[in-house]
Amino acid sequence: MTGVITDRLTTIGADDLEALARGAAVLGTGGGGDPYIGRLLAAQALREHGPVRLVHPADLPDGAVVFPVAMMGAPTVMVEKTPSTERIGAAVAALAEFLGVTPTHIACIEAGGVNSTFPLVAAAQLGLPVVDGDGMGRAFPELQMVLPTLSGIPCTPMSIADEKGNIGVLNTVDNHAAEALARSLTITMGCAAIISNYVMSGAQARESLVPGTLSLCTRIGRRLDRVRAEHGDAVAAVADELGGRVLHAGKVSDVARRTLTGFARGTAIISGTAPMADPASRSAAGDLTLEFQNEHLMAVRHGIVEVTTPDLIVVLDTDTGEPVTTEALRFGHRVTVVAAPTDERWHSPGGIALVGPRYFGYDTDPVRFDARERP
Amino acid sequence: MRIGIDVGGTNTDAVLMDGDRVLAAVKAATTPDVTSGIVTALDGLQAGHPFPPADVQAVMIGTTHFINALVQARDLAPTAALRLGLPATASLPPMVDWPGRLVEAIAGRAYLAHGGHEFDGRPISALDEDELRRHAADMAANGVRSVAISSVFSPVNTEFEVRAAELVAEVIGPDVPVSLSHEIGRVGLLERENATIINAALRELAAGIVDGLAASIAGHGITAPLYLSQNDGTLMDVEFARRYPVATFASGPTNSMRGAAVLSGLGTCAVVDVGGTTTDVGVLTGGFPREATVEVSVAGIRTNFRMPDVLSVGLGGGSLVRGSGTDTTVGPDSVGYRLTEQALVFGGNVLTATDVAVAAGRVEIGDSSLVAGLDPADVAAALERIATDVADVVDRMRISADPLPVVAVGGGSVLLPESFPGLGAVHRPEHFAVANAIGAAIAQVGGEVDRVFAIAPGRRDAAVDEARQEAVDRAVVAGADPATVEIVDFDEVPIPYLPGNATRIRCKAVGDLRIEQAAGRRA
Repeated sequence: MTGVITDRLTTIGADDLEALARGAAVLGTGGGGDPYIGRLLAAQALREHGPVRLVHPADLPDGAVVFPVAMMGAPTVMVEKTPSTERIGAAVAALAEFLGVTPTHIACIEAGGVNSTFPLVAAAQLGLPVVDGDGMGRAFPELQMVLPTLSGIPCTPMSIADEKGNIGVLNTVDNHAAEALARSLTITMGCAAIISNYVMSGAQARESLVPGTLSLCTRIGRRLDRVRAEHGDAVAAVADELGGRVLHAGKVSDVARRTLTGFARGTAIISGTAPMADPASRSAAGDLTLEFQNEHLMAVRHGIVEVTTPDLIVVLDTDTGEPVTTEALRFGHRVTVVAAPTDERWHSPGGIALVGPRYFGYDTDPVRFDARERP
Repeated sequence: MRIGIDVGGTNTDAVLMDGDRVLAAVKAATTPDVTSGIVTALDGLQAGHPFPPADVQAVMIGTTHFINALVQARDLAPTAALRLGLPATASLPPMVDWPGRLVEAIAGRAYLAHGGHEFDGRPISALDEDELRRHAADMAANGVRSVAISSVFSPVNTEFEVRAAELVAEVIGPDVPVSLSHEIGRVGLLERENATIINAALRELAAGIVDGLAASIAGHGITAPLYLSQNDGTLMDVEFARRYPVATFASGPTNSMRGAAVLSGLGTCAVVDVGGTTTDVGVLTGGFPREATVEVSVAGIRTNFRMPDVLSVGLGGGSLVRGSGTDTTVGPDSVGYRLTEQALVFGGNVLTATDVAVAAGRVEIGDSSLVAGLDPADVAAALERIATDVADVVDRMRISADPLPVVAVGGGSVLLPESFPGLGAVHRPEHFAVANAIGAAIAQVGGEVDRVFAIAPGRRDAAVDEARQEAVDRAVVAGADPATVEIVDFDEVPIPYLPGNATRIRCKAVGDLRIEQAAGRRA
């Protein structure tokens, strides 16, 4: 470490976005969408309005009014029907009007993937600071899968806006119902909508958000750049930033995909190789099987579950350390799998019920990134 | 007989072929006007194996001219990009992520209009014909000479792009060419639009180059039809080349690979093309190069058209050799075109890969006495390093555990050993130095489909059949003999977060060129 990287950012400008987006793709654990379009949109907004101030959750006043913003729908659609920035701000404005409150801060509900960038657009447009934190610390596919759900914060009232000018405000009985209703609205809106939900106070944000995740994304992105410039070990650098461990290195030898209920489910087998350039540290023998549903959710070796959701299973290009999405996984790709810890609150009984392996249909107890069984 | 020509940055290679047999092969210097280098090459073929021009059935040319024009930002037409999608997509207008100098070079003008479709084919908004006419009038007033039209989800529904092209032509006149995105790229609006704008900007140049190529062939009394080779190793006729110059961008490495396949008789193999500075490795499956699956950046512009998957390593005949024993390194820096001044065998003082090959007796170049003093152990170590590095690249390109034969082409392939550990023998076919021209000469004709299908329960087979039939039909329309057309590539990827089991299907069909019939349609 050369010490140039500060631990905590205080602003985000257009120049920070490439690093932030790259780190966000790492936290996307194979899903969450390619942050490329989000990065371009945020760059436009930050160039137009100037850098956005970043506030750590610990520094939020109790009475702050925090509005998370996100994109809901298919990233595949978003790369074709690119979102309009004014609709991102409009989603916040509509909800604020409905609630009769004035937002003081914008927040990120999902740091993994493309949703790391949309809040920056809203914040730039509305002239508000962004909270340096998010509701997951990673990427998950459904609206209720956020730590604020565990804290009892309701998803609704929430707003949902399309690019044509349609805006809805939903009020639902619980956060699962919000997911179901918003999902069908999103599809009708052309499969890519902007949402604002989980409005919370500063006190609630301090309690329920994962702190520092935008800084973490940027740090990962910058470190990848630097390690590559120095011809260092990019994969090891990512594992280090995440506090995780290299689980496996090898070559993708099989990918099987199927679509069920809108999720790209599948299995990828990573055959262990004896890397020519590398020592025993990565010489995990045999095959590792990855199970994914948009995101990577379980890794199995020799019939033994090595790690599962909610901990992070990150697949990186072995040479460059670039994150590899589940869509881009292909035969022959040299990849390294890193297992890393998630926010501890996800390991509570409520967290496991929400995002544990059984919720996704895998008949296993959760296994942590270091292969510990749950107590 | 056929003539294959590859116009590279340095050399123009040409071959005269009878079936798969090479009758004559020549190398000439590439000239700035392209055509005089071709004329010299054709003269060389006549000298090497005299032939009646009437016996030539087809001429195939691969050229890097268009990609070089883009990279150097020269000879590009003033171009307008018209996008249909409002009220969506407005925040990221056409050319948003382009290097400024290229926007300037094409005097790029961006227009946004209503239109576009949702992922399932519903319109986002109706076309506004008055709006389109106003835009077209503005283009005309500003000297636009080529137009690129993109519409959201046009790979799903082409209707709006086609209609907008008619309206623009009504206003701006039929002489201004219009390029449509659904004919050029895939899903991914910005990338597809970028490729379309590049194509539009090259169309004036394409008309000139194609005329020049045709004239230089005609000047030799050859009346056979002329084809250009595309990125995927298939051919396009000259009319197609006028319309889609962007499709020639990566034909160089593709032709090398295809030529290597024919020369070696191997349809599925790794091809190692060793030049002076780099070694390019690609993989052929069923005779065609595997495609890159990620976005490809061309001259700093992100695009998503079809390019071969090629891995390059800085290792060639001019690579610098350093160290000894297990610390020996070769490349990535190279003396490049100064090899004949700086290498030891030419009296220079730099130890290069070529010197090592000469010292080991693999090849006779320059004065071998000048490397007689090298330590045989160091020479062996350097050759071992080259073999290990290249074998590693080849291994990275393998997609299965099955053995993959290796074919070496290019002037620098003398650096490679007779066999690679774990990979087997290295095939070094005859005429390896002109493999690219041979690749052009034997190119086939293809058709492709790349679309998102909404697959209803139990309808998967029907969608797959539809895609396959459409690919076959397109190949036949492009000039393939229907009796020889077969599906060479099929890929089906479910799209996450989309309802209705949306699945992206890519399918490619290829067949032999219908030569007899083609002879009557010379452009």
